[in-house]
Amino acid sequence: MAESPLMALFGRSPVKPMQEHMQKAHACAVRLIDFYDMAATGDYTAAEAIRQDIAVLEGEADRMKKDIRMHLPNSLFMPVSRSDLLELLTNQDNLANRAKDIAGVMLGREMAIPAPIQPLMREYLESSITASQKAADALAELDELFETGFSSKEIKLVSGLLSDLDDQEHRADELEIRVRRALRAIEKDYPPIDVMFLYRVIELIGDLANVAQRVGSRLQILLAR
Amino acid sequence: MTIIAEYGQWFVVLACLFGFFMAWGVGANDVANAMGTSVGSRALTVKQAILIAMVFEFAGAYLAGGEVTGTIRNGIVDADILAGSPELLVYGMLSALLAAGIWLVIASMMGWPVSTTHSIVGAIIGFAAVGIGAEYVYWGKVTTIVMSWVVSPVLAGTISFIIFRSVYKLILNTDNPFQNAKRYVPMYMFVTAFMITMVTFTKGLKHVGLDLSGLESTLIAIGVSIVVMLLGMLLLKRIKVDEVADQQFRFASVERVFAVLMIFTACAMAFAHGSNDVANAVGPLAAVINVVANNGEILAESKVPGWILLLGGGGIVVGLATYGYKVMGTIGRKITELTPSRGFAAELGAATTVVLASGTGLPISTTHTLVGAVLGVGMARGISALNLRMVGTIFASWIVTLPAGAFLAIVFFFMFKGIFG
Repeated sequence: MAESPLMALFGRSPVKPMQEHMQKAHACAVRLIDFYDMAATGDYTAAEAIRQDIAVLEGEADRMKKDIRMHLPNSLFMPVSRSDLLELLTNQDNLANRAKDIAGVMLGREMAIPAPIQPLMREYLESSITASQKAADALAELDELFETGFSSKEIKLVSGLLSDLDDQEHRADELEIRVRRALRAIEKDYPPIDVMFLYRVIELIGDLANVAQRVGSRLQILLAR
Repeated sequence: MTIIAEYGQWFVVLACLFGFFMAWGVGANDVANAMGTSVGSRALTVKQAILIAMVFEFAGAYLAGGEVTGTIRNGIVDADILAGSPELLVYGMLSALLAAGIWLVIASMMGWPVSTTHSIVGAIIGFAAVGIGAEYVYWGKVTTIVMSWVVSPVLAGTISFIIFRSVYKLILNTDNPFQNAKRYVPMYMFVTAFMITMVTFTKGLKHVGLDLSGLESTLIAIGVSIVVMLLGMLLLKRIKVDEVADQQFRFASVERVFAVLMIFTACAMAFAHGSNDVANAVGPLAAVINVVANNGEILAESKVPGWILLLGGGGIVVGLATYGYKVMGTIGRKITELTPSRGFAAELGAATTVVLASGTGLPISTTHTLVGAVLGVGMARGISALNLRMVGTIFASWIVTLPAGAFLAIVFFFMFKGIFG
């Protein structure tokens, strides 16, 4: 049967796939807290199972990312710039990658978290994951943005969500400083290489919040036209 | 003269057969394009769309299809000069129908997006220019027609753009989109109904025996539109805010209001399509029957007989019922990106353009006009992804369809000439 010109006119909308990808990426970050709890008790067999989950989720996010890219040919005419959308996608995907990295480094070294910094470390990780949550919240507005034809009211609403995200990232930043300080105070009592990797993990967790914030800024750029 | 007298009945039978085949083709393929947007946006089920199409295609063909039929019949070929050998016009119109019909079948099988309008116009120009002589073609009129193929998508796009911007201003970008949708959607219903009835009353109804003055037409159109609007408001009353659906997607209830509006614009679209595209099948048929009925005398000014329009409308309905519903289902499943708030804007823009063209007697492509209308909504940041390659494909199909239709028509013309002498 003939392909109607009307049928061929419509490209696949990237909106839903972008949102689903973000949910997937965020799901990777969320699993980190379970992973951390297992790691903190030293149960690295349970932790490994969770890391496996994260790896699977990350793989799925990766496939979704490639699929979206495949369906965004140059000839596509969209209300937003194609390159901005692809940038946003890359950043969303980085969120999943960071989550996997954090789990990877901790599992690779079967890292023991020093008891004195455990509560603070957990709070720090949670705050970083909350940043990812805030980014996901903002991205959940993507379909409404397209539906309203990028109405000024909707843009205002999303901007509000994005400033929440910025605040959250800032909180994560402050916690990072506190965790580093707490670790520095006790670092002499632990094997130096372990401590080095602990610093590395702290940096990666901060990175997670940073990437979440970058998702937000890419979304902001998408809106500004 | 003798040829007409001898084979007259045959010509009529052949013309009816080819004309019906052509109308069947329009119903099977073209209508699906006109209605697919409504099905795709889930405003209508395939069954409902078919029913609406049957009623309104028929109404459009019968009530407002006369002008374009006139153009196809005697607006392209100068029939007066042919008075000496009327059989040439008969051969020509028969071959044009056959050529366009066959070309549409070939193109459909190959998957090329061709327009019935372009095929038939190409075929008529072809047989006239080569078979009879280039001086028998009204080149001025042909230029106008070809120009209208460029203008119609642009006009439809502009109208749709404006309509969607008004939706943005009045409904989408407000604090309470649902309430505003309920308030303003009846207004769009009024506009839709007014546009259709106005063109029908001023341009179409003469052959039914009604001849109204401009003021009378306007008053009747306003009256009809108010009735339609009240009916719409009645339907809208039943639409309530759906809290559950709105949690998922905050504009779900708003879209439901637009879905009601889309039933009305779908009717308009079917009407517009019937008023313009049925002429592709019926115009040549009318020309043949006219020649035979007048025993070879070519009367340029006679009216298109009503029963011919009925035959065309019937052909469309049969095409829809036998094959069109399948195509509509396929298109509907594919076009899911067009939500009712966009679909209605595109349909209203396209329907307005097509009905205006029908009123002026210009044969245009409904599908291409609709493509232009959708692009217009896209320009207003209304659609998440449009494939611009389509525009190139459409241009390519023009370049191929005109000569292809013309070439086939020339071949058939000489074939008929050979058979009947």
